[in-house]
Amino acid sequence: MQPTFDITARQGELVVSASGAWEKTSLAACPGTCETFTSRALSAMQGDVRAVRLIAPELEGWDSPLLAAFHTIAREAFSRGLSVDVSGLPDGMAPMLDMALAVPPRDQGVKKTEPGFLEMLGEKCLAWPGITLDVVNFIGEVSQSMARFFTGRASCSSRDMWNVLRECGVDALPIVTLTSLLLGLILAFVSSMQLKLFGAEIYVASLVGVSMVRVMGPVLTGIVLSGRTGASFAAVIGSMQVNEEVDALTGFGISPTDFLVLPRVLGLAVMTPLLTLYADVAGMAGGFLVGVLMLGIAPASYLANTLEFLTMSYVWIGLLHALVFGFIISLCGCYQGIRCGRNASAVGRATTSAVVSSIVGIIVATSVITIIFTVLDL
Amino acid sequence: MSDAIADNAAVTAQNVTVAYGSRVVQSGLSFTVRKGDIFIIMGGSGCGKSSLLRVLMGLTPPAQGAVYYGKENFWGAPVKEREAIMRRTGVMFQSGALWTSRTLAENVALPLEYYTSLSPREIRDIAAFKLALVGLAGFEDFYPSEISGGMRKRAGLARALALDPDVVYFDEPSAGLDPVSAARLDELILQLRDTLGMTVVVVTHELASIFTIANNSVFLDAKTKTMIAGGDPHELLKSGPDDVVEFLTRGKGRDRGGIA
Ligand SMILES: Nc1ncnc2c1ncn2[C@@H]1O[C@H](COP(=O)(O)OP(=O)(O)O)[C@@H](O)[C@H]1O
Ligand SMILES: [Mg+2]
Repeated sequence: MQPTFDITARQGELVVSASGAWEKTSLAACPGTCETFTSRALSAMQGDVRAVRLIAPELEGWDSPLLAAFHTIAREAFSRGLSVDVSGLPDGMAPMLDMALAVPPRDQGVKKTEPGFLEMLGEKCLAWPGITLDVVNFIGEVSQSMARFFTGRASCSSRDMWNVLRECGVDALPIVTLTSLLLGLILAFVSSMQLKLFGAEIYVASLVGVSMVRVMGPVLTGIVLSGRTGASFAAVIGSMQVNEEVDALTGFGISPTDFLVLPRVLGLAVMTPLLTLYADVAGMAGGFLVGVLMLGIAPASYLANTLEFLTMSYVWIGLLHALVFGFIISLCGCYQGIRCGRNASAVGRATTSAVVSSIVGIIVATSVITIIFTVLDL
Repeated sequence: MSDAIADNAAVTAQNVTVAYGSRVVQSGLSFTVRKGDIFIIMGGSGCGKSSLLRVLMGLTPPAQGAVYYGKENFWGAPVKEREAIMRRTGVMFQSGALWTSRTLAENVALPLEYYTSLSPREIRDIAAFKLALVGLAGFEDFYPSEISGGMRKRAGLARALALDPDVVYFDEPSAGLDPVSAARLDELILQLRDTLGMTVVVVTHELASIFTIANNSVFLDAKTKTMIAGGDPHELLKSGPDDVVEFLTRGKGRDRGGIA
């Protein structure tokens, strides 16, 4: 038999009755029955209705959907101060409803409704000042921690420090070698196409050298490190946060900034410039290969042209870039890790944000430094 | 305010409100943990026991009110002072919260390395001793991921004891343990209190055997969002509010609404 229901109000009492086959399998044949049932019953709960009686005569079968519908109706009736009579329900149904209704819903169990687009936009905008303040706070904490370190009043984990030096130094060498060698090749190829028009292929050497050393080397190293190291900082510290390991440190009076952030910031501040120098050399080697093998420039004149235009100030500017990137990457990674939420998806979000924000930071910092040095005419 | 604090008070909460953002979890909490007490914080699950513990041990500031260690206002003190106080407290977290990239011995050793000038050898011995104390002798070189949940809890206790703290906090120490291990842990807590003179604060949502050894308590209620009773649990059993007596006798913290 089909599931049927009947809702009638008599002398202030609303009788809600369901009969027929109400199992999930029978309901599948007539979709929407439960929903209609519930909404009709809820909308009938008005006027002089003071009591609700739930009955189920001639019920052939039932499981969760019907029970859930009765529960929704009873809960709503309670919240409107109506009395509910469940004695007309089959054995087994009444006790279960009783159990479900025993604990009154707490306000803390109620989740906020899904916000609309405008609301979300508004919330994001309102959150900005708070986030900015938080970032400034974090940078302040790290600076204080560094000051303590250099005056010998903070000890950071030397073991973490060595790990950082190894992970972002030695372990990053293969990928830095590959990417910067290829970047050198590409720069040489593309520039040679233009320079050929003027018969000035020899300038490929200085072009590759200067651009690698001044910006491309540091930027490439920065991007590789933010994908490798920044992401891993965020993931490691973030999962420590999830696991309450950061709280356990704080519980011993050990500042997580000193213990977790400081070694990573210092480690990257040392390693990024070193890796950058290495990337510069690898990039120039790439250019050298193209120049000598493809363009037929004599090795000696390639080197001479490079050295003629590559001044020490370019090297210093490149290293300055690298140092700034090192701070950006480690601060972004550690910030996202420390502020990570308490679940697995929060760690994923922290990792993504760490990489995105450090790459954006690198590009912005490059522009700022380039503009400053152009104005200074260096 | 601090003149109202007794000389033998270890930790005192005065009118503490615990909140997450604007959502108040518990408010108006005032109680005193005396030195040498075994103090239990009881209440149904989700009523804010762990949150209160975080305020007491200095991880999150209270929305209102004050926490005193001895006569010192914890949250009013500068960071350095706070860290010094936290060094004298130990915490066993609900999930253990061991540092997963370190072995058990290194977990116990870390606070010692950070704060003392003992030699590596001495530190290693202390770590082995603390681990043996909680029944984990021989597991020094295991990583937290290589041992069971119950063992992680015990390792968490060993780490909490690393710096010989004055006050130790336990969050649900026996949850997830079999009855025998739970009883052993209770015995261990009692022994530690007797031999080391520690003050013990235990959070629990069940009528654990810890009840039999506790001599002071506070009961949190989820519905009224405040404490509904406090004091010696054995006294409460005789003359406390009905809800508390029911909790103690039936082990259920639930309030049952009825259906007419
Ligand atoms: N980080 C948090 N942010 C927001 N609410 C929280 C957070 N942690 C716990 N809560 C809420 O605070 C209440 C108390 O939680 P908790 O202290 O863990 O309870 P208990 O330990 O007594 O079981 C719960 O309602 C929980 O949802
Ligand atoms: Mg808890």
